[in-house]
Amino acid sequence: MSAPHERSVRLLGDDVRILEKGEGAPLGFLPTFGGVLAWTPFLDRLAAGRRVVVPSLPGFPGASGGFRRLDDLADWVTATLDLLEAAGLDGADLVGHGVGGLLAAEVAAFSRASVRRLALLAPLGLFDEREPVADVWAKRASEVPALHSAKPEAYAQSLACPPGQDEVEWQLAQVRAMEAAARLLWPTGDRGLAKRLHRITAPTLLLWGSEDRIVPASYAKRFAEGIAGKAEIRSIPGAGHRLDLDAPEATADAILAFLAS
Amino acid sequence: MKQLWFHLMPYTDLPDDFRDRHPSVWVDIDSRLFDPAKGHRMYNEFMDELEFAAEAGFDGICVNEHHQNGYGLMPSPNLIASALARRTSDAALCVMGNSLALYNPPVRVAEEFAMLDCISGGRLIAGFPVGTPMDTCYAYGMNPSQLRERYHEAHDLIMKAWREPAPFAWNGRFSQLRYVNPWPRPLQRPHPPVWIPGGGSIETWQWCAELDYVYAYLSYFGYQAGQATMNGFWEEMKRLGKDRNPFRAGFLQFVGVAESRQEALDIYREPAEYFYNRCLHVDARFASPPGYASEATIRSKVVSQVLAAASRATDREAFGPPPFEEIVSKGYVIIGSPDEVAEQLREVALSLNVGQLMLLLQYGNMSRDLAFYNTELFAKKVKPQLASLFEDEWENRWWPKPLPAGERARPREIQA
Repeated sequence: MSAPHERSVRLLGDDVRILEKGEGAPLGFLPTFGGVLAWTPFLDRLAAGRRVVVPSLPGFPGASGGFRRLDDLADWVTATLDLLEAAGLDGADLVGHGVGGLLAAEVAAFSRASVRRLALLAPLGLFDEREPVADVWAKRASEVPALHSAKPEAYAQSLACPPGQDEVEWQLAQVRAMEAAARLLWPTGDRGLAKRLHRITAPTLLLWGSEDRIVPASYAKRFAEGIAGKAEIRSIPGAGHRLDLDAPEATADAILAFLAS
Repeated sequence: MKQLWFHLMPYTDLPDDFRDRHPSVWVDIDSRLFDPAKGHRMYNEFMDELEFAAEAGFDGICVNEHHQNGYGLMPSPNLIASALARRTSDAALCVMGNSLALYNPPVRVAEEFAMLDCISGGRLIAGFPVGTPMDTCYAYGMNPSQLRERYHEAHDLIMKAWREPAPFAWNGRFSQLRYVNPWPRPLQRPHPPVWIPGGGSIETWQWCAELDYVYAYLSYFGYQAGQATMNGFWEEMKRLGKDRNPFRAGFLQFVGVAESRQEALDIYREPAEYFYNRCLHVDARFASPPGYASEATIRSKVVSQVLAAASRATDREAFGPPPFEEIVSKGYVIIGSPDEVAEQLREVALSLNVGQLMLLLQYGNMSRDLAFYNTELFAKKVKPQLASLFEDEWENRWWPKPLPAGERARPREIQA
């Protein structure tokens, strides 16, 4: 796995990292909880088919404390639009996963021209109290890996500080990413997206791990019913919320197939 | 030294097997455990105890704010303080909550505290806690990443509301108000003394120093565990060029006093065990929502052995309840005869350099009779031994300045 190209742009007073790899038309990726600590086999597989561009969301690894300037949803959508433009992703195909899925959906609803085709991987943003989204915050450390992933050991391993890195800064990057997600989502993740889904006209893939313990797989239908564009639901059997980690090849292939269709 | 009597208002009838059968005393505590008829009795007895403490001569009586909490039945301390203002005449009323970010708009705090200050004739101490993660982020759904920003904005708004002589507009990040103009105004000018209950965060210490507020460390683990935190506080004051006036600092200490040490050990064992076993059974899942602790505090905890030691001591509940022997030997509860308790409290005050000592003399399932006994014996035989401590050497600039006693209203006697 060769290293991605790395550059940075200014956003919210931070130097924000943009990772990029592959050839062809750009494909943006906005990650879920924790962000992209390092390039992954999933991203590499996507990059086999497209030029994959991964900008760091506010507060996620590769960004810094600028997310604390964001107070309400309008601030977050504005920052995400700024980020996509700075990364050269305006009007491109966009993959949004979990937390990034909510922002990708919001951007597609607020600014239709900003997104061509949309792949939402277990996006947050809806909440049904009869079948609630998990409380990812009130958890003991020991409960976290199995909540996010169907392969908890591999998940835990993916968060371990690599040799040569500053352990404190590595940990803080993860704490900061969780705070940034909390700043956007606390306490239920419902910021009113249901009222805007009808504005999403981009053809949309709704891709879910069948064992998602954070956003129930049944939410795919709720999204599909609300979105105005043609929506297609696909499931990755056995994968959890981190389907990119649990089933990197199947997940990447499903996205590439959708974008090529 | 000021000696204040503090009530948490714990529900006194949690079942014996509470710890085994229920995950937490806080946030998601089983609401079926609350019996309103028992609640009626408890509230009235607890208020009896606070009034009794004022009558016995304590310098102040303290209430605080918790939500969805089996050991703290005061979601609104202002309601209790309001009743106490009518039924007491001289004691300071120390309201160690309102958690500012939870009041919308925050001028509600400026109004209610002004009411309390007026009703009590200027006896209010205004406590401004940030609030625990359990109260703020979980019970009240406050965003942990915005909590401190909202708290600071609310503080600035309240203080401006108290100081400004004319209506003004407030265009904050979180509150927008066209006309800020609280009626009534606090009796104490420009405002009642402000105390900040806090944990061991450096930013809080710096903030208290900058604004000249009392920092109150409300630990449940006694003076030995509190030493590291208070050392850190005083080192920071020195670094900032502040004097060592002990009245800058408050500290909370559990006490059980009886005629003899053996009697004290016998009678306070059950309520102490109840408190540390059942009341502090807080699910660790609620301890650290992301953003509640600032990056600077997290960094300092990683690098500072001092704070790490304090954190270990206060995180004790994560490892199961302490046995009674440890509760006593480590000074979580100071137990003994009046002279023994006075001696230990003198050491607490001197070693922590604390001039505003808050005492928990009712805890756990302690009955009203036992709370009265503890309170009366303390007031008669312990308090006088400590009263003059620090008083000649330092000025207590953080104490209420009420109207002269002769000018204060006296509630009409009620014919039953």
